[in-house]
Amino acid sequence: MPKIIRHDRIVDDGWQLRVLAADETPETISLPSAPTLLPLTVWLARRDELLARNEPLGVWLDSHEGPEALAGDLEHFAVIAVNFPKFTDGRSYSSARLLRERHGYQGEIRAIGDVLQDQLFYMRRCGIDAYVLRADKDIEQALAGLRVFSESYQTAVDQPQPLFRRRVAEPRA
Amino acid sequence: MYRYDHIDQQIIDERVAQYRDQITRHLAGELSADELRPLRLQNGLYIQRHGPMLRIAIPYGMLSSVQLRKLAEISRRFDRGVGHFTTRQNLQLNWPQLEQSPEILAELASVEMHAIQTSGNCVRNITTDHFAGSAADELADPRPYCELLRQWSTFHPEFAFLPRKFKIAVNAAATDRAVIQAHDIGLDLVLDDAGEVSFRVFVGGGLGRTPMLGKLIRDRLPRRHLLSYLEAILRVYNRYGRRDNIYKARIKILVQALGIEQFAREVDAEWSYLRDGPSTVPDAEFARIAQHFTPPPRETLPRDDELHSARVAADKAFAHWVRRCVHAHKTPGYAAVTLSLKAAGTAPGDITEQQMLAVADLADRFSFGELRISHEQNVVLADVRLRDLHEVWQIARRHRLATANIGLLTDMICCPGGDLCALANARSVPIADAVQQKFDDLDYLYDIGEISLNISGCMNSCGHHHVANIGILGVDKNNEEWYQITVGGQQGNAAAIGKVIGPSFYAQEVPEVIEALITVYLENRSDSERFIDTWQRLGLDPFKARAYAGRDRRRSATVDHSERKVVNA
Repeated sequence: MPKIIRHDRIVDDGWQLRVLAADETPETISLPSAPTLLPLTVWLARRDELLARNEPLGVWLDSHEGPEALAGDLEHFAVIAVNFPKFTDGRSYSSARLLRERHGYQGEIRAIGDVLQDQLFYMRRCGIDAYVLRADKDIEQALAGLRVFSESYQTAVDQPQPLFRRRVAEPRA
Repeated sequence: MYRYDHIDQQIIDERVAQYRDQITRHLAGELSADELRPLRLQNGLYIQRHGPMLRIAIPYGMLSSVQLRKLAEISRRFDRGVGHFTTRQNLQLNWPQLEQSPEILAELASVEMHAIQTSGNCVRNITTDHFAGSAADELADPRPYCELLRQWSTFHPEFAFLPRKFKIAVNAAATDRAVIQAHDIGLDLVLDDAGEVSFRVFVGGGLGRTPMLGKLIRDRLPRRHLLSYLEAILRVYNRYGRRDNIYKARIKILVQALGIEQFAREVDAEWSYLRDGPSTVPDAEFARIAQHFTPPPRETLPRDDELHSARVAADKAFAHWVRRCVHAHKTPGYAAVTLSLKAAGTAPGDITEQQMLAVADLADRFSFGELRISHEQNVVLADVRLRDLHEVWQIARRHRLATANIGLLTDMICCPGGDLCALANARSVPIADAVQQKFDDLDYLYDIGEISLNISGCMNSCGHHHVANIGILGVDKNNEEWYQITVGGQQGNAAAIGKVIGPSFYAQEVPEVIEALITVYLENRSDSERFIDTWQRLGLDPFKARAYAGRDRRRSATVDHSERKVVNA
């Protein structure tokens, strides 16, 4: 079974990722039976049908797809994945924060795509709590990427209070 | 100046460890060149024409003498004993080794310095007035706000991979010396009647390929909202800024596409969720940071110093230097001094290891151990007693740091250009050198008076040529170096983008063309007019006619916009 990082540990994971081929349309594909992360377009086109199946639901947002499209339906999802088509495409950091901080999503947010060790720290700060490391990379080694810094200045999902609200006054040297 | 507490230091130390590990993994083949590139750029390391270049952050241009001595040591141990100050008030080393770069960062960390986010598509070094804390026309000290922004932008988890680089500048004086409207965000500090600090916020300025001045997006932003409002701007940009075309990826293109009113509505919608949230900055934090910037223990002195006045009267060379390089101070009996890095025959902004040590000694003896780097690529001693100016001048002169040309034609801003930079389309330092040779007579320079001449070796516009009275841009036409000239740009409160005067010139023509433009000014000026005033009164035609007189321009006349790589290397 494929391995992912979830809550700082390497675990087996059974979710499939479904990507539409060029000749497929959201309205007509056959819905998989195994737990699957579906494209947003499929969720939007087949919402009622998917809800009626009464199975764990997962969806993935591409970097240009904001979380607003899911805002009223978050309670239905066990997993929402956010895609990083390239690790230099930073839009999904905003998507993750919005899911957590604005829309109050409590389930798993999973990073997919070009997910690499050196971005894990930022991803975690933004509320992502599961990571599908790019297949050619060493997942054991990548764990270190979650623990690069012991402190951060800004407010974010992992630490809503910015450092300036937590600093204890030190005597000046 | 700001001193790290143990948390600031720990974060910097952890950054060194992270970077060291990244370089180790790269050298072991575990991290590809493409994967490393954005990581090393966010630590200031470029791969240039001859090898790596390291851009070291000098937050808002503030340095201590201890830090400058460390920079001198680093330039000696790891480089060729020369540094180059940049328009973001940073320092570049042009000959470090990739393998040694983690060690350099460790050395920097030992004096509370780093190279964080000096490149990459993230928030870059915050810049401000190089006379901050001493300027006679200052409303408030901008540095606490710069430091707040430095901390906020350092490793901001959401904004590390923006569509493109992001530059912020702060002005807090009556005269803007930080070119805030040439920035992605420009902050202009204002005081209300009760003395409360707020900011006029400009957005969407920037130079580069499509130069634009920032537009006012908010007239009075109380300081407590500074971070939440900037987060709203950055989030709108991160989500909706273009990523399909690197030349259209700066926030200015998004602001232009939406229009400032619509862009402001998007920001306000976002801000409505963030406003009054945890990023709201309490007065206690402003007070905590501000205590790092309390004025140095200056003496109570009379406004004038008789000895100094007598020396000015007696020594013409000293008087010239005082006129150009000594600046008004808020405290009686004190002045700020600019040490010119624009001596003839040296690349503008370059400083040798020996000069760094000399400047550090000057700072210790005469200016409370602190100094600043200006975006015009000079060094400033901000708190010198009038009575000490003569000695400072004598020492500075021995180290070729006393060229009396600040604000004059040869005080050029100039990027490293094609001699060193992999992005450049043309060389810029030889052009600066040729202009310096053509205008080497100080009396002639004084006669010409205040003027700015800036040179960029490519469209990235690191040399700020768009906001110079005379701007020179290197362009590449069929693998030949050509130079396009703009006139009429300026920085300051009346910031303006210069106009291209016409087809570009060969390198050897440039000094003659500059002279032709100057001649039109000298022939037509009224008594009180600066070059820019005469230009604004007369308009393009007489300048253009003289610049092209006798020159054959039948060859391809337009600028070739076919780029090589105008992106981060």
